[in-house]
This record gives sequence, C-alpha cells and structure tokens, in this order.
Amino acid sequence: MALRQIAFYGKGGIGKSTTSQNTLAALVEMGQKILIVGCDPKADSTRLILNTKMQDTVLSLAAEAGSVEDLELEDVMKIGYKGIKCTEAGGPEPGVGCAGRGVITAINFLEENGAYEDVDYVSYDVLGDVVCGGFAMPIRENKAQEIYIVMSGEMMALYAANNISKGILKYASSGGVRLGGLICNERQTDRELDLAEALAKKLNSKLIHFVPRDNIVQHAELRRQTVIQYAPDSQQAKEYRALANKVHANCGNGTIPTPITMEELEEMLLDFGIMKTEEQQLAELAAKEAAKAAAASA
Amino acid sequence: MSTAVAESPADIKERNKKLIGEVLEAYPDKSAKRRAKHLNTYDAEKAECSVKSNIKSIPGVMTIRGCAYAGSKGVVWGPIKDMVHISHGPVGCGQYSWGSRRNYYKGTTGVDTFGTMQFTSDFQEKDIVFGGDKKLGKIIDEIQELFPLSKGISVQSECPIGLIGDDIEAVSKAKSKQYDGKPIIPVRCEGFRGVSQSLGHHIANDVIRDWVFDKAGEKNAGFESTPYDVAIIGDYNIGGDAWASRILLEEMGLRVIAQWSGDGTIAELENTPKAKLNILHCYRSMNYITRHMEEKFGIPWVEYNFFGPTKIEASLREIASKFDDKIKEGAERVIAKYKPQMEAVIAKYRPRLEGKKVMLYVGGLRPRHVIGAYEDLGMEVVGTGYEFAHNDDYQRTTHYVKDGTLIYDDVTGYEFEKFVEKVRPDLVGSGVKEKYIFQKMGVPFRQMHSWDYSGPYHGYDGFGIFARDMDIAINAPVWKLTKAPWS
Ligand SMILES: Nc1ncnc2c1ncn2[C@@H]1O[C@H](COP(=O)(O)OP(=O)(O)O)[C@@H](O)[C@H]1O
Ligand code: SF4
Ligand SMILES: [Mg+2]
Repeated sequence: MALRQIAFYGKGGIGKSTTSQNTLAALVEMGQKILIVGCDPKADSTRLILNTKMQDTVLSLAAEAGSVEDLELEDVMKIGYKGIKCTEAGGPEPGVGCAGRGVITAINFLEENGAYEDVDYVSYDVLGDVVCGGFAMPIRENKAQEIYIVMSGEMMALYAANNISKGILKYASSGGVRLGGLICNERQTDRELDLAEALAKKLNSKLIHFVPRDNIVQHAELRRQTVIQYAPDSQQAKEYRALANKVHANCGNGTIPTPITMEELEEMLLDFGIMKTEEQQLAELAAKEAAKAAAASA
Repeated sequence: MSTAVAESPADIKERNKKLIGEVLEAYPDKSAKRRAKHLNTYDAEKAECSVKSNIKSIPGVMTIRGCAYAGSKGVVWGPIKDMVHISHGPVGCGQYSWGSRRNYYKGTTGVDTFGTMQFTSDFQEKDIVFGGDKKLGKIIDEIQELFPLSKGISVQSECPIGLIGDDIEAVSKAKSKQYDGKPIIPVRCEGFRGVSQSLGHHIANDVIRDWVFDKAGEKNAGFESTPYDVAIIGDYNIGGDAWASRILLEEMGLRVIAQWSGDGTIAELENTPKAKLNILHCYRSMNYITRHMEEKFGIPWVEYNFFGPTKIEASLREIASKFDDKIKEGAERVIAKYKPQMEAVIAKYRPRLEGKKVMLYVGGLRPRHVIGAYEDLGMEVVGTGYEFAHNDDYQRTTHYVKDGTLIYDDVTGYEFEKFVEKVRPDLVGSGVKEKYIFQKMGVPFRQMHSWDYSGPYHGYDGFGIFARDMDIAINAPVWKLTKAPWS
C-alpha cells in the first residue's frame, strides 16, 4: 500500500491530540504500520501512545548535540502502543525563537533519515493555530495529503476550521493536499451535528465522524492511555474504531475545500443561533436591565 | 571617443530622452512605467532633478543597493574603532562584507581597536529555533574576556533576529549592567527593513541618540571645551579621507573633537554634544543625528565638500564664516598655502584630462560631491545617480550638475550598461560589481566607493591623488589595445 500521510489540524484544545492518538491506536489494531510526527512544541502528540511523555524531541536533542545533522533516527524515535513509531519535533519555550522553523527542521530530518520508510501511515498532529509558514509545513508539497480538521459547534472552532481550509486551498494546486474531512468532537452545543454537517457541505467536504463527549476519555488520559488501550470494550472505543475505519476507507476521497467568507460564516452562525445579531444582543440587554429595574423597584 | 562633441544642451536632452526610452523598452509595461520615474535628464530651468527615489527596487532587476544591516554595520557603526561590532545572525552577512569598506584607523588591532576584525554569532539552525539571546550573552562575555580594552560592543542585527523576535535589548541592558555600564548597544538593522541601506543609516543614527547620548550622562564631565570645537560628521575615513580633512580644519585654528565615524571612538561620540559646530560631509547617512543635535543641544551644522580645490576653498570659507576673524584668517591662510600645490596638480593633469566625460553611480554624497573635483581637472560629468538617495539629495544635486545631465536613481545593471554603451564616456566611476563589466566594454573605470584601494581623495592632499588616479585610469596604454586586430 502506498504511504498515506494524514494530518490533524484544528483550534487549540479542540481534541486533536486525543482524537488522533485514539484513531491511530484503532488503526494499528487493523494492522497498519504507523509513524506519528508531533508538530507542537508542547510535545504531547504521542503521550497516550507511549504511555509517558516523550522526553527526547528532535529539536531538544539537536540543540544538545549542536545540530540535527549530529542526530541518528534511533535517538528521536520511540516505539509505543502495538509498535506505533513516535516522534516529536519539540521546540522552544513560548515567546522565544521560531517554533515554525523547528517544525520544518524536524520534518526534513525525519524524512531524510528514513523515518518514513516501511510505514503505511504518517500522521501529523499540528499546533492549534497555524501561526506561520512553519506550521503549514505538513500541508505543503510531499507532506500530508489528507487533512482532517477537528472541530465542534463552538464559534471559534468553526472559524478555525474555515481558516485551515483557506490554508489547504492555498497549497492544493501546487502540492496536491486535500481536505479529508471534518471530525466533530462533541462540545454539546446546540444543533452541533447539523452545524458540523452544514459547514462540511459549505466547505465542499464531509463530516467524517461525530465523536461523542465522554468522561472515559479523561480517565484514560489520566493513565496516559488511549481509550482503545484503557477501555477497549467501551462505547467510546467503538466510536474511535468507527472513525478509524472511515479514515482508512477515505483514501483518495479528499476534496479541494471551498472556504467561505467571514460574512457567509457569520450568517451561518446566526442561522444556527450560535451568534446573535446586534439587535438581538441589544434587545436581550434591554430586557435584562428592565428586569433588574423591575426587581429594584419592587 | 565621446559622441557628445559640440552638442548643445538641447541636443543632449533630446538624445538622453531617446536613450531612456530605448532602455525602458526592454522591460514589461508595468516595470517600464515604474522605472521611468527614476530616470531623467536634468533641466536647468527646473529646481529639481525630477526623479523618484527611496522606493523599493523592482523584483527581477539587478539593483546595486545594499541592506539596512550594511547601512548600520558597514557604514555608520563599523568604523568606530574601539568597539567590537557583532554581526548578529548567520555568518554570511559579516563574512562576505568583511574589510570591504577600507575605513582606516590608528591603533593596535585586537588590543585596543578592532576595525578589521570580523565578529559574528554564526547562527545555526538551533539558534533560530530556540532563539539566540543566550548565545549573544555568551559572546559578550567572551568579548569582555578576550578584549578587555574594548570600550563598547554593538549588536548589529541581521535578518533572522527580527524574524524570531530575539530580545537583544534585554540582553544588552543586562550585560551592560554586569560590566559596570560598558556601552552595549543593540541595533535593529535587520536587512529586510526598508528599501536600501539608507534605513540602516537612519536606524544607526537613532540608536546613537538613544543608547549613546541618552546614556552617556556625566561620563565625560572632565571634558574641557574651547570656542573652536567642531565635529566631523559623515566621513568614514576611506583610505584616510577624514585625516586629510581634519588637518585643514586644525590648520585653520579649529579643534576637531570627534570624527564620525572614520577612525572614531565611542568617547568621541559621547563628547560630540559639546561641539560648537557640526560639520557634515555625508548628509545622507548622518543628517538625522546632526539635526537631533541641533534640536536637543542647539548645535548648528553646516554641510561641506572637500573634493577638489574649488569646493574645498568654498567650504573652508563657509565653515570659517561660523567663527570669529581668527578662524576666517586661518581659512584664508590655509587656502593660500595650498594654492601653489593645487595649481601644480592642475597644470600637470588638466592637459591630459581636459574635456573627458564621466558617468558616476555611487552612494551617499559622491554622485554630486565629486563633480567639482572633476571640473577642476577640466572634466565633465554627463551622468550621475545614487543607490539610495532621497529627494533632498536630488535637490542638492541640482547645485552641481549641468543642464542635460543624465540622472538615474537606483539604476539597474541593465540600464547602467546600456547608458554607458550609448553615451560612451571616457570614465565610469562606480563600485566593484560594475568595474569589470565596464572595463571589459573598453571603458576606463575607477571604483568610487573604495577609491580602488587608493586614496585619500578628500582635502588638498587627496586632490593630487585623485587627479593621478583618474589619469592612470583614462590614459593607461592598455586602452589602445582593446581593438580586435580584425576589426
Ligand atoms: N471526546 C472527548 N470527550 C471528552 N474529553 C475530550 C474529548 N476529546 C478531547 N477531550 C479532552 O480535551 C482536552 C484537550 O484535548 P487535546 O487533544 O489535548 O486538544 P488539542 O490537541 O487539540 O490541543 C483533553 O484534556 C482531552 O482529554
Ligand atoms: S539582507 Fe539580511 S541576510 Fe542579506 S546581508 Fe543584509 S542582513 Fe544579511
Ligand atoms: Mg495537541
């Protein structure tokens, strides 16, 4: 099977690392050989697979040794759950240096040193907000071909999904990157499933799976495990397996996204009651004050 | 050789206009439209050169400009001899410009002066990713240990420093404190800022204001003023230019308390607010600090030109006019003293150079300032232009150029070649990148940034050398051999 390179993007805290690791744990059970490339200076993209936090990131070791050229692949690659190969780019502490450049350096190193050989899947888990070109690296030529956007019914998650689509579109013609689909990680907002489906449609994509919110995820996380490992028979594990199956079957079905304008997006949010018009907000405020005044005079 | 024999200004203007049109034809429409604004023929009836300047170069052309780092490190700060200037960032910016400016200085290199040394933080990938502040601190420690007689350190930012957001100000402050207030001066002159080296000059000037003047305090309280204290501003002592200028000022009775910045020291910079008059040679690169000193310390300033006896004479008188009779007499004495020498130079070289035509393309002030020196030798400047001038430079240029002079701002490699090919001057004066192209075209050439490893050209001493060098270039027997035997 040809190498499939997939990436998980989405707003910070939306559940990229959790969802991706659970999906990959399910994929490894399906017999797939997997490499994870963590592209977040926090280096928490492999924690649930390794059952511990990765200490040896590419960039921290490179800084110690002098340069990446001084490293060997074995130094930076650890084996986790059922043989999943794990790497973390790492990066500087917040506010110094250039983490984006770090991602570029790390990915180039891994590729040049054969990390991509003998695997079926390379999966990138990328820092929430694509702040500079470095974080777009996995979208660029010869890197991730399918992007999965993790989102929810919250306004900021929807904005982020649309913005990431813009990034994909930018490289779609030169590099062949495609939007694999949206993964809605439930936040229990109003009409969340409808909204996710509606946005997917607008973006010329589809909702791959709706992952329910479940406390078992946190229980597993506390033990530094995926749900697949911690509670293999749970309903949530089934959900991740379903997601993994759909991703696996989605090979070659990615699309070129059609990001929408700010106005269109806001209109959609108004339609779904996620956002209120100024008139609505003013009316609510007036009602509130009237109630307060009534209470005070009573 | 010249095609311009006995042409009237009207003919010349017509020809130049046609020439500009021809040159522009090679460009796509949009580029031609943009470049057209930078090319013109000077019309004596107008009070300006009518070219646009200080605008971004067009992508795809070969511009001759430099970057902001070059303007700060290479021009303004680099010559300050008792400081260590760190080229902060990857190795290339400092390494490939190393030693190219020829700012002479007195001192023991590596002990109390550091002008010809190259210091760099030699950024590696990991410094970009993790930031270079720690490394900078370490370098400063090493400099302090290896060169304890250095009087200050400047941090000259190369491009990446601004991109990764290093806090060089914080490092500089902390290290300055650690080393008992030693001046450690961060300069944000990243190469991508601005359209040319010009912004680097401006940034460097502002940094002197904020990090030298404002922090000097009463450091040099022991300084004893005299009524005749002046500072030379904007002379980088290329091949000893500032020295050849300084002696004239001293001979007329003035005391030079600072040289900015050729053969200069940080103490001289700190003392300059005590000057009675700032005399400004390179207006473009140091007008900012000169104006600041006028506003803040009330120091008047005057521009001068020490190229060729005519301009030197006028400048000496202009400078003297700001002082009492003693200095005015001093100026006359100096002028009289050197007159025979100058007459001898002219008598020797003018017959060999009379009527020769020159095209120039240089940096800060020379595209106008050297015109008088050529004219003293009977030569004529028929085209001139600046790499990084602003409008006020072109205004000043009108006082120098003749009707019909070709003016080219931020000239591209292609344009310059075409102009020279068509005008066929007897001499081109420009930089090292241009030198071999024109020599191969069979046109005599002098480097007018580095004086072609000669100099000084400033002052009365400089004029003799200037005249000799132009003669060597133009009348070298080699030019008689450039014709192919079969043609
Ligand atoms: N489906 C879910 N149900 C419950 N909690 C979840 C779910 N998905 C993610 N979480 C929790 O949300 C938090 C943030 O998730 P994480 O994967 O680290 O986000 P990201 O990688 O996008 O920044 C984690 O504490 C995780 O346990
Ligand atoms: S433009 Fe930037 S990289 Fe180039 S020489 Fe200037 S500072 Fe260095
Ligand atoms: Mg994460």
